[in-house]
Amino acid sequence: MIEVKNLVKCFGPKRAVDGVSFTVERGDVLGFLGPNGAGKSTSMRMITGYIPMTSGQVTVGGMDISKSPEEAKKLIGYLPENAPSYPGMSVRGFLKFCAEIRGITGSAATRAIDRVVSLCFLDKVIHQNVDTLSKGYRHRVCFAQSIIHDPDILIMDEPTDGLDPNQKQEVRKIIKQMGEKKAIIFSTHILEEVEAVCNRTIIIDQGKKVEDGTPDEIKRKALNAGSIIVGTTGVLASELSRKLEALNGVDKVEVLSDSQQKVSARVFPGAAVAFGSLAPEIYRLAARESWTLNELHTDSGRLDDVFRRITFSETGKAKN
Amino acid sequence: MNLKPVLTITKREFVTLITSPLASVFLVIFLFGAGLMTFQIGRFFDGGEASLDIFFSFHPWLYLFLVPAIGMNLWAEEKRSGTIELLLTFPIASWHAIIAKFIATWLFIAVALAFTIPYIFMVKGLGDPDMGPIITGYFGSFLMAGSYLAITCFTSALTRNPVISFIIAFVGCFLLILCGYPPITEFLANDLNLAGWVVRLVSGFSFMTHFELMQRGLITLRDLVFFLSTVIFFLFATSFVIRSQRAG
Repeated sequence: MIEVKNLVKCFGPKRAVDGVSFTVERGDVLGFLGPNGAGKSTSMRMITGYIPMTSGQVTVGGMDISKSPEEAKKLIGYLPENAPSYPGMSVRGFLKFCAEIRGITGSAATRAIDRVVSLCFLDKVIHQNVDTLSKGYRHRVCFAQSIIHDPDILIMDEPTDGLDPNQKQEVRKIIKQMGEKKAIIFSTHILEEVEAVCNRTIIIDQGKKVEDGTPDEIKRKALNAGSIIVGTTGVLASELSRKLEALNGVDKVEVLSDSQQKVSARVFPGAAVAFGSLAPEIYRLAARESWTLNELHTDSGRLDDVFRRITFSETGKAKN
Repeated sequence: MNLKPVLTITKREFVTLITSPLASVFLVIFLFGAGLMTFQIGRFFDGGEASLDIFFSFHPWLYLFLVPAIGMNLWAEEKRSGTIELLLTFPIASWHAIIAKFIATWLFIAVALAFTIPYIFMVKGLGDPDMGPIITGYFGSFLMAGSYLAITCFTSALTRNPVISFIIAFVGCFLLILCGYPPITEFLANDLNLAGWVVRLVSGFSFMTHFELMQRGLITLRDLVFFLSTVIFFLFATSFVIRSQRAG
């Protein structure tokens, strides 16, 4: 549904977006990650046709956004950063305007408004002026606007920014639900959100795409991913690490804590060992040695570790 | 050509404008200013003439303050609140929005002008006025307001600060008044000894020059072309500014 090829945007000498390519199909929810100023918003603005690209190509539903913008924009629902809405209008008036400009009028408009109002929980404020709404409500009003024409493609710039935890949960649920039938791109800073909602993730840094895969795939790239945490009682730390290191396939052992007879350690498997295959070995070792195991689990890696490692350079520190 | 989006945006802009406090302030000052200038400064009753000539002669000056004030937020506000990003990602062309915003505000000025219709009844009550100059005067005044407004649209697109937009529009319109203002043209001709064609060329850019004949009941093609081309030129300039700003 969305095809982005070699997208470039220059602001003067600065390349804000530098050769980003990806595709999003129907049924995909793509999480767009990156530190502040990485080029997320700029990319989304080009995909929605708000700003022209310096070079590259964006097609949505088979239509080129630069060549037939009006047709392409019909397919897109867009929630800009900061969720703007027209001051001085009521929620209903604003939504009616947004429906009308997309060619939805009369009873179809009424139905569309009713649908988004109940989906975004706006019933209580429907007649209120948008100026008088809280930030969370204003956000939902703009979100409602983006789905009023039930678009095939939904592009959202930080859709959960400024919402309280309950509202965040609701919005995530809506996005996930809609993701089954639509192609969705959304940007966020919140990594848990990506794991909860997305089936694909892209990380961009300094305008370049640095990671592309499912959240699980990316998580595996964390330094700790695949390592095994072992917790025991009544074993000496030195003995534990010696015996674990002697085990086949173990690269190194790091003692994490050692207090009151409780020892826990992190076991790093060698490069050739398949993900998760070392844990049964350790279990059998513990059984042979009659250790009391309190904990044994494979670390599946954390998205924020990967994120930090990849994007550290942006803050001026060296990549590690 | 699909004009539906123009209609939708015009409707929204017009309703928002007319229900805003700015609209009431505009109307009150416009009507008060028109009355004050006509009766106090223009000494309408001393003239002993049943015509609206004096009333119309102050319009260039009245618009000078009021049109930049009503138009300064047209684009500046969209940019400040970020709604421009919504507007321009709707399935419309940017000229739809530019024209719609212009028309909505121009219509509002027409409403303000319509509030001065009692003046017609007043001069009718006082004597037997020639209706020709009154009709062309209104028409010319409306056209002139459109030119002021197009300039304000343009300056509003230049900045996100409405005050800056107001000042640039004010200065721009002021210059376009001055270059045809009799004391200035006399100064150019008599004190600077400029050739007659130079003076005519300079004054040809003035609202004053082109509004004058309409006040007297004459609509010439030249004046029509002047006002309409000013509108079209500045709306094009607006569209250029908006496009180049998005390009970064």
